[in-house]
Amino acid sequence: MEYKNEIRKITAAEFFPAVVHMKTENWRLVQICATCIEGGYEMSYSFCLRYDMVTLRLEVAEDEEVASITQIYPCAFIQENEAEELFGVKIKTIKPDYKDKLYRIDVETPFKKKE
Amino acid sequence: MAKRSIVPFGPQHPVLPEPVHLDLVLEDETVVQAVPSIGYIHRGLEKLVDKRDFKQYTYIAERICGICSCGHGLGYCMAVEEVMGIEVPERANYLRAIWVEMSRIHSHLLWLGLLADAMGFESLFMESWRLREKILDMFDETAGGRIIHSVNQVGGVQKDMDATMLNHLLEAVKDIESDIKPVVNTFLQDYTVQSRLKGAGVLKKDDAVTLGAVGPMLRASGVEYDVRMLGYGAYKDLTVAPITSTDGDCYGRCEVRLKELFQSFDLIREAIGKIPSGDINVPVKGNPNGEYFMRIEQPRGEAIYYVKGNGTKYLDRFRLRTPTTSNIPPMVEILKGCQLADVPILILTIDPCVSCTER
Amino acid sequence: MNKVSKSPWLLHYDASSCNGCDIEVLDCLTPKYDIERFGIINTGDPFQADILLITGGVNSQTESVVKQIYSQMPEPKVVVAVGICACTGGVFKECYNIKGGIDTVIPVDVYVPGCAARPEAIIDGVVKALSILDAKQAAMSKDGR
Repeated sequence: MEYKNEIRKITAAEFFPAVVHMKTENWRLVQICATCIEGGYEMSYSFCLRYDMVTLRLEVAEDEEVASITQIYPCAFIQENEAEELFGVKIKTIKPDYKDKLYRIDVETPFKKKE
Repeated sequence: MAKRSIVPFGPQHPVLPEPVHLDLVLEDETVVQAVPSIGYIHRGLEKLVDKRDFKQYTYIAERICGICSCGHGLGYCMAVEEVMGIEVPERANYLRAIWVEMSRIHSHLLWLGLLADAMGFESLFMESWRLREKILDMFDETAGGRIIHSVNQVGGVQKDMDATMLNHLLEAVKDIESDIKPVVNTFLQDYTVQSRLKGAGVLKKDDAVTLGAVGPMLRASGVEYDVRMLGYGAYKDLTVAPITSTDGDCYGRCEVRLKELFQSFDLIREAIGKIPSGDINVPVKGNPNGEYFMRIEQPRGEAIYYVKGNGTKYLDRFRLRTPTTSNIPPMVEILKGCQLADVPILILTIDPCVSCTER
Repeated sequence: MNKVSKSPWLLHYDASSCNGCDIEVLDCLTPKYDIERFGIINTGDPFQADILLITGGVNSQTESVVKQIYSQMPEPKVVVAVGICACTGGVFKECYNIKGGIDTVIPVDVYVPGCAARPEAIIDGVVKALSILDAKQAAMSKDGR
């Protein structure tokens, strides 16, 4: 495939400026995915510009807080709420925050790795 | 001072085949805010990768949604193949493209019927669904199932289409194409239909991009974006061009989907003309190890399949970002300022697929 | 059965299915299968419905909705579980958010298997539901209700 489809690892300090940079370059937010890894989570934020796709990969510790990107990309709210409810990722200041009541499931954070 | 009231919409509502709930904040008859709440069909299918191995999971992926079933199976298999570096035989690629285009026709005809039903235009609803039966019959003949086809597998497809089936398919496409003309005319020319659709729920080009709209919703706002242009599978040899409209209203979205029907007819004919002979699948050895983001164009728009394998037969993570998930924020936006009576039509024009969204 | 004793009204609800059975239920109402020829009409109103067609397994959120719809329907009433998920939970049985079939929540009279259930099977299920409806009606008039 001749179109770009890459994963860029970034640190927590670079994360917010990187997302703002994406926004100024008119990238579309297409996807947010949380994955459980040893001792925390892996957050993937994918952006598309025309047919190129870039994924920003951020690793967070289990009790580390992640800033919500809804103030830059308002449409992120559903997927951020989903990551918070199903994985227990601590995302602060999502707008609007469903407070773990998006799916209203009985099980608490079903995707989180249990010891 | 207008009177403010909150009207609940759904989950069980005559216009919706699926449960979704909206709280509509009204000022007199005008909607000022809409708060969506989902979760009625959340099953937790992504979690099932722990219990089913990566080959069995194809069947689960197909059952994420009954309307987009074929595409989900394809997207999942292609993501796994990409991780494992499997080269799929050319004939399988063409068969996949034919089935996916058939499911696009079935999905768009289904949507046109539901739109007509939401307007109260019963005969148009019946006519659209009557045409759709021809495609379902072809699915039945080629794959053995009307709704869930189970044709995809990691490494290719499970079933082949012989020359008789391909001829029947060509005839069915020809029949639908000639029968659909009056339906298209009614949707695009009829005075009543136009008065319900024109100017309703306008989504501007900039807003569509900012809010993350995908598929016909994005294209109706004038953005040329169709993931099939990436040239995955057989699309690298087929003629695809994004179909757009400029107005970004309900009429535009309807127009885009109607034109995509004809594009799918052409694609099926082209694929049948070019289909090579040969194997339809390759044996799969080993387990996936690695990760990949696969994008494909579903009837409702771009869907993203993320697969992360760890070298065992159970995947670490499977994630699906469906088109409707992306289309909910623009839907909430176009609902602001509309009349209460238009709400069902505006919800329908994003072609919501709730079981996909909630998985 | 040679004669339909009543023209029943249907109510359809999706408890948590994949959509496949739902579009097949709708398909039954359209020109090819057309159950309206039996005098059967799809209604959106539980208060006027005789037969409840339910698709998909039940989760904690739809449980109360299903119970409410069921309690709003007037007696006699018949419940038809459409599709294997509504019968037992089907492929979704092991998901964390699925309780199982519809019969874990409300009594079910007719089970229609299939993934997705074919329209012919659904029509057959509705016709079976009709005779159960008749039997329930007869039992009620015997009790003097």
